[in-house]
Amino acid sequence: MSATDDAQAASAQAANAQAESAAYFEQLRTFAGLEIGVQALAPDEVNVPMVRHWCEAMGDTNPVYLDRAAAESSVHGGLVAPPTMLQAWVMRPFGEARDESDTNPYAQLTKLVESKGFTSVVATNCEQSYDRYLRPGDRLTMRTVIDAVSEEKTTGLGTGHFITTRQDYFDAAGERVGSMLFRILKFRPAAKKPAAPAARAMRPRPSVTHDIAFWFEGLQQGKLLIQRCADCGTLRHPAGPMCRNCHSLAWDTIEASGTGTIHSFVVVHYPQIPSIDYPNQVVLVDLPEGIRVVANTVDTTPEQLQIGAAVQLVVQHCDDALSLPFFKVVNS
Amino acid sequence: MTSRTYAAVNVGDELPPLPLPLTRSLIVATALASRDFQDVHHDPGLANDKGSKDIFMNILTTNGLIGRYVTDWAGPDGVIKKVAIRLGAPNYPGDTMTLTGTVTRKDSGEVDIAVVGANGLGNHVTGIVTVALAASPEGDAS
Repeated sequence: MSATDDAQAASAQAANAQAESAAYFEQLRTFAGLEIGVQALAPDEVNVPMVRHWCEAMGDTNPVYLDRAAAESSVHGGLVAPPTMLQAWVMRPFGEARDESDTNPYAQLTKLVESKGFTSVVATNCEQSYDRYLRPGDRLTMRTVIDAVSEEKTTGLGTGHFITTRQDYFDAAGERVGSMLFRILKFRPAAKKPAAPAARAMRPRPSVTHDIAFWFEGLQQGKLLIQRCADCGTLRHPAGPMCRNCHSLAWDTIEASGTGTIHSFVVVHYPQIPSIDYPNQVVLVDLPEGIRVVANTVDTTPEQLQIGAAVQLVVQHCDDALSLPFFKVVNS
Repeated sequence: MTSRTYAAVNVGDELPPLPLPLTRSLIVATALASRDFQDVHHDPGLANDKGSKDIFMNILTTNGLIGRYVTDWAGPDGVIKKVAIRLGAPNYPGDTMTLTGTVTRKDSGEVDIAVVGANGLGNHVTGIVTVALAASPEGDAS
């Protein structure tokens, strides 16, 4: 085929796909307004035992639901049921399967969107409005219609259709007492990222000043350097511009031997930082040279963390720009 | 038990936060109290098979807790007219959901309260509850 033929075929294909998708959406729209199943009659009247069960579980102490005297002196003039219990009176009985029959328009709609790959479901919205509070003795019927089916929408979860159903609840006299809009998203899950592990977050960046740059530069070369006063020889850590002993500004460094003992330690559980492994073991290590440094451990179990334990320095290359000292407990 | 009066409430008023520890017992007890027998609300193994890391709170309970939160504040003469919620992160056992609310509208004896229920994963629920508040003893409902 020539390039022109290819282009024509592709454009014909696109036109077909467009017509198909328009036909599919037309078909979806035919479901709006259809009633689902027969009107459901609540198995029981609104009753105090179910209200008590609800209030206990929810921790709801509003006296208008269970305290007759308080309810009578309230704006309701008598006991009422919590309005948010609306759905509970007409819930599908335990053990009864959802109606998946071919004559159920909701089941048909579900099959149609699932045939296009929108197989996952999540509830997104629920709006209940109450015409009046229910009272013990009220017996409800519920009528459900498919309210709306959206066009294909792209969401954070994936692409799909919002399907809204509307439930209207009526009392024995046929008066509406409440209604509910319930919206779900039927969607095709967004493609999972390939199995390659997500790049590990980088350790927090140190603030490297002129005075401490030697410390990080030494670590990049695998060495733990200690700042030393060039005049009196006093070691200091953390690094700084002036000797605390003789106030000299002249300094050089020596390399630590790499041995040490745990002076103290702490295990940090919270808050967690993505770049750090948990439990996060932090040790304060006495170096034989005479300074004390803070570091994480490596290859050390929680049981091995003991004050006085001998440790060995391990300089780790965390990423291209950062190397840090770690210590592992060694059994001497 | 006294109720909060319409006259005493202003747009911008905040409801006291209500932290709710999401115990496994709470999630199961409330699911059953609302007659929601779906396995994802009480059976960890089956919830897991369906791709959820654990059981999670059902929507009726989210509505119930929000209703309770608002009437705890409004008092027994507060009458809930509407609860419109948007659902987000699931409420799993072991987490805590903290409900907060702010009065966002005041009109004709009713107020809107913007409610947020936040857990360790983010917002479990955001929504608006419309509640009619008690009139003042003098009958002031302006």
